Amino acid sequence: MDWLLALAQAVLFTLLAPLFSGWLKWIKCLLQNRRPPPPWQPYRDLRKLFGKRPVVADTASWLFPVTPYVVFCAAALSGAIVPFFAVDLPTAAIADMIVLVGFFALGRFFLALAGMDVGTAFGGMGSSREMTIASLAEPAMLMAIFTLALTASTTNISVAIDYLLDTGLALRPSFLFALGGLLLVAVAETGRIPIDNPATHLELTMIHEAMILEYSGRHLALIEWAGQIRLMLYGVLIANIFLPWGLAREFTPEALGIGAAAIAAKLGALAVALALAETSVAKMRLFRVQEFLGFAYLLSLLGMLSHIILEV
Amino acid sequence: MTLFLAYASVAAALSSGLLALLGEHRAAWGGLARRAAGLIQPPIPASLAQAANHSRRLPHAWRRLVFALLTASGVLALAAGGLQLHAGTAVSGQLPFGLPWLHWHVRFDTLSAFFLVVLGLGVIAAGVYGPGYTRQFAGQYSFGALGLFTGLFVAGMEGVLLADDAYFFVIAWEAMTVSSYFLVAYQHEHASHRRAAFLYLLMGEVGAIAIILAFGVLAAVSHSFAFDAWRDVHVTPAWGTAAFLLALAGFGMKAGLVPLHAWLPEAHPAAPAHISGLMSGVMLKIAVYGLLRFAFDLLGDVQWYWGAIVLGLGTGSAVLGILYAVVQSDLKRLLAYSSIENMGIVFMGLGLCMVFIGKGHVQLGLIGLVAALYHVLNHSLFKNLLFLAAGSVVHQTHRHDLEHMGGLIKRMPVTAGLFLTGSVAIAGLPPLNGFVSEWLTFQAALQAASVIDNGILRSMVSVAAAILAFTAAVAAACFVKLYGVAFLGQPRERRSAHAREVSHTGMLWAPAMLGGLCLLLGVLPTWVLDAMRPITRQLLGETLTSASAQGWLWLTPGGVSTASYSAPLVVLAMALAWWLLRRLEHRGPAADVRHAPAWDCGFGGLSPRMQYTAAAFAQPVRRIFAPVWDTVETSAPETAAANPLQVTALRYRLEIGDRSWRWLYLPLTRVVEDLARLTARIQTGQVRIYIAYSFVTLIVLLGVVS
Repeated sequence: MDWLLALAQAVLFTLLAPLFSGWLKWIKCLLQNRRPPPPWQPYRDLRKLFGKRPVVADTASWLFPVTPYVVFCAAALSGAIVPFFAVDLPTAAIADMIVLVGFFALGRFFLALAGMDVGTAFGGMGSSREMTIASLAEPAMLMAIFTLALTASTTNISVAIDYLLDTGLALRPSFLFALGGLLLVAVAETGRIPIDNPATHLELTMIHEAMILEYSGRHLALIEWAGQIRLMLYGVLIANIFLPWGLAREFTPEALGIGAAAIAAKLGALAVALALAETSVAKMRLFRVQEFLGFAYLLSLLGMLSHIILEV
Repeated sequence: MTLFLAYASVAAALSSGLLALLGEHRAAWGGLARRAAGLIQPPIPASLAQAANHSRRLPHAWRRLVFALLTASGVLALAAGGLQLHAGTAVSGQLPFGLPWLHWHVRFDTLSAFFLVVLGLGVIAAGVYGPGYTRQFAGQYSFGALGLFTGLFVAGMEGVLLADDAYFFVIAWEAMTVSSYFLVAYQHEHASHRRAAFLYLLMGEVGAIAIILAFGVLAAVSHSFAFDAWRDVHVTPAWGTAAFLLALAGFGMKAGLVPLHAWLPEAHPAAPAHISGLMSGVMLKIAVYGLLRFAFDLLGDVQWYWGAIVLGLGTGSAVLGILYAVVQSDLKRLLAYSSIENMGIVFMGLGLCMVFIGKGHVQLGLIGLVAALYHVLNHSLFKNLLFLAAGSVVHQTHRHDLEHMGGLIKRMPVTAGLFLTGSVAIAGLPPLNGFVSEWLTFQAALQAASVIDNGILRSMVSVAAAILAFTAAVAAACFVKLYGVAFLGQPRERRSAHAREVSHTGMLWAPAMLGGLCLLLGVLPTWVLDAMRPITRQLLGETLTSASAQGWLWLTPGGVSTASYSAPLVVLAMALAWWLLRRLEHRGPAADVRHAPAWDCGFGGLSPRMQYTAAAFAQPVRRIFAPVWDTVETSAPETAAANPLQVTALRYRLEIGDRSWRWLYLPLTRVVEDLARLTARIQTGQVRIYIAYSFVTLIVLLGVVS
C-alpha cells in the first residue's frame, strides 16, 4: 500500500512539475505588467515538442540522443525519493540525501557532455559554465542538507523530516543559515535570475540554455521537463525541510488531503517570492556568480558549524 | 595452501621478468649454451652481433608468453587473496633467504589478502593489455628491460604485502621502488622522462629512509626485526607518535599526498600505459597498506590526533589534487593529479577511522576504515581503466595533449565507451562504484558530530566533509572536460581524425573487465562490505554488522534509520523509468530522428577551431581559484606593419605550475645546496689537513671511549 502511494506520489510529482513553472511564469508576467499565458502553458509546449521530429546534428554521437533520457530518469527518480505531501515514503530508503545530490550530478554530467558533443562553441561554453557553477553550488547544497542530517542524525529525508515534525520547529540558527544557503543554491541550480536567464539566448548570459541549443523535438521536451522537475524539487525541499507543517504522517484520506493542500499553498507562496525576487534583481555578470555561490557555501557551512557549536 | 598460491604468484611474476630478459638475449644465451656444451664451434662475432640486433624484435609468441605469465601471476594473486580473505585467518612461514641469522618472515593475513586482490586485478589487466600495447616499442626499446622490471615490480609489491619482518619489508619495498624507477625511465631518450624518473627515485628513497627510521623506533624497543615481536611491545605515546609521523611521511610520499606529491604527476605520465595503471592503481595502494599495517597492526594504540593529521593531509590532497587536475591539458598528467585526489579521499577515510578509534567509537571507526578500503579497491579499478584507455588513445593518436584530440567517440567507439564508464565512476556518480565509497566517507564524517566531544575536532570533520563535497563536484567538472575535449565534438587534428579503434583485442578486454567490475562494485556494495569483514575483525576486533543487516539489497552503515542506499533498486528504477519512457513516446510520426548539419549561425561550416578547448573549459575555474596555481599567462598581439592598431595574430602562452615547488621544494633545494657548500669548506684538498682531521677525530673518540 505505501509502496503504491509512493509510486503515485512520484508520478504526481513528475506530472505536476510543469504546472509549477507555469505558475511561476504566470506570476512573473503579472508582476512585469505583461499579459501572462495560462499556467498550464508548459504542458502545451511539451505536447508540441513531443509531437515534433527531433533533429540531430551530423557531428553528434550516440551520447547526444541518449542524454535526455538519462537526465529525465535521474530527475524523475529524485522526485520519487523526496517527500511531497506524505512523510513516510518507503522509496526514501532507496536513496538518501547524498544520493539525491548524486542524481542531480549525474544528470548534469551527461547534459554537459552532450553540450560538447556537437562541437559548437556555444555548447562548450555552456558546459564549461554549468560545471563551474555546479562545482560551487553542489557542495553548498550538500552542506545545507547536512545541517538537517546532523540535526536529525540521519541522511534519510523521510526520517529527518519526521524528526523535525516530532520536535517541532524550534528557532535553530543553523537552519536559518542553511535555508539561506539552499535558497541561493536553488536559484543558481535551476537557472534563474540573477545567475542565468532561461528566457534569453544571448551568448553573454547563457549558461544552461547554451548546452541544450542543439536539442529539439522530444529530446528538448525531456530536458525541459527534467528542468521543471528539478525546479519543483528544490521548491519542495525548501518547503518540506524548513516549513514541514501539514505533511501527511499517516495514510488517511484527510491527512493526505491536508498534506496536498499544504504543499500546494507553500509552493504557491514560494513561487510568488521567487517571482518577486527575479523581477527586482538584475542578472549578474558570470564572474560575480562565484561571489554569490561562495556566499551560499559560506552560509551553508556556517549552518553546519553553528549546529555543531551551538546546538549539540 | 593460500601461501603457496601467493608464492606461486611471486614466482610467476619473477619468471615472466626472467623470460623477457631471456627472450631478448636468447641468441647470446643460445650461443653460450652451445659453446658450453662444446657441440659446435663458437659463432663468428659478426653473426652474433647481427643476431643480438635482430633479437630486439621479439617474436610475438614470446611476448605473449611473457605477458601470459604476468597474467597468471595476477590470477594466482587474486586466487590467493580471495581464498585467504574468505578463510579469514592468517598463515605465516619463512623463506630461506636473507642473512643466516635472519630468514625472511612471511605472514599472509586478511589485510595482505585484500591488497593482494587489488594487486591481482591490476596485474591481470596489465597482463591482458600488455601484448598489444608493447608492440609499438618493438625495435626501438628493449622489451627485455620492460618485462624484467615489470616482473620485479610486481614481485616487489607482493613481497611488501607478504613481509613479516622489517628486513624483508624494506628489501621488497626497495625492489618495488627501484624497478619502477627503470619503468618510468623506460623511454629514456626524452629528457623529461629522465628527469621524472630521477625525481621519483629521489623522493622514493627519501620516503624509504623515513619508513626505515619509523621501523627503527619499534626495532629499538623490541630488539628485533620481526613484526611479531613488534606487535607485543608497547611504545610510549611520544615515541609512538614520532614513529607514526615518520611512517606517515614515508608512506604518504609513496601515496602522493600533498605536499609530498611532486614526483607523481611527473612519473605517471612518463611510464608506459599499463605501468601507469599499475603504479597508480596498485603501487599507491601498497603505500596505504604500509600505513595501515604499521599504524593499526604493528604500532597499535591509535591516537585520535594522528587521525586529525591524516584527515587534514587527506583533505588537502583531495582538494588540491583535483584543482590541479582540472587545469591540466595533458591526458595522463590529468589522470595522475586525479590520483592524488583519490588518495586524499582514501586518507580522509583513514583519518576519520583513526579519530573515531582514538576516541573509543570503534563501530564508527569501522565505517571510515571500510570507506577507505572500498575507495582503495574502486580507485584501483577505475584509475587503471582510465590509464589503459588513455594508453589506447595515445597509442592510436600519438598525442598526449587534449588540445589535439576530439571526436574520438566515433573513431574509437569501444574505448570511448569504456572511458566513459571510468569517468562516471571516478566522478563519483551513482550508480557506479566511486559513488559508494564517497557516500560511505560522507556517512563516517556525518557521524562525527554527534559523538565527538572536542568542538574543534568536530568542526574540522565537518569542514572536511564540506571540502569533500567540493572535491567531488570539481572532479565531475574535470572529467566532463577530459571526456568532452578528447572524445566529443570534432577532431582538432588530422591524427585524431584518422584514429582507429585498437586492433588488439587484449587492449579492449582489459579495460572492459575493469569497467564491468566498476559496475558490479557499484551495484552490489553490500557483498563487498561483507567480504571486508575479516579485515576489520583482524585489525580492530569488530565487524561492521549494521552495514548489511538488511540483506544484500540495502546498504545501511549506521543502521536503517540513519542512512540507507540501495543501488540495485536505483538501477532497477532507472531502467524501469527508461523503458516506460521509450514505450510511451515511440509512436506517431515523431518517432524517428532527422539528421542535419548543426546550426552554424549562418556563417557556413562549423570548424573544429570553434570548439571549446581544454584550456578554455577550465578557464572559469582557473580564474575563480587563481591563487592555487603558479600561473603564467601571456598574450602578445602581433600587429600589422602598416597599421599598428590592426592585430594580425595573437601569441598566447599558458603555463600552470605547481605551487608546492616554489613553496617547498625549491627552498629545500636551496637549503641543501647551502649546506653542501658549507660542508665543502672543510674539503681543502691538502692531505696534511685531512690527516689532522683524522688525528683530532681519533683523540676525541679516545676521550669518549675512556
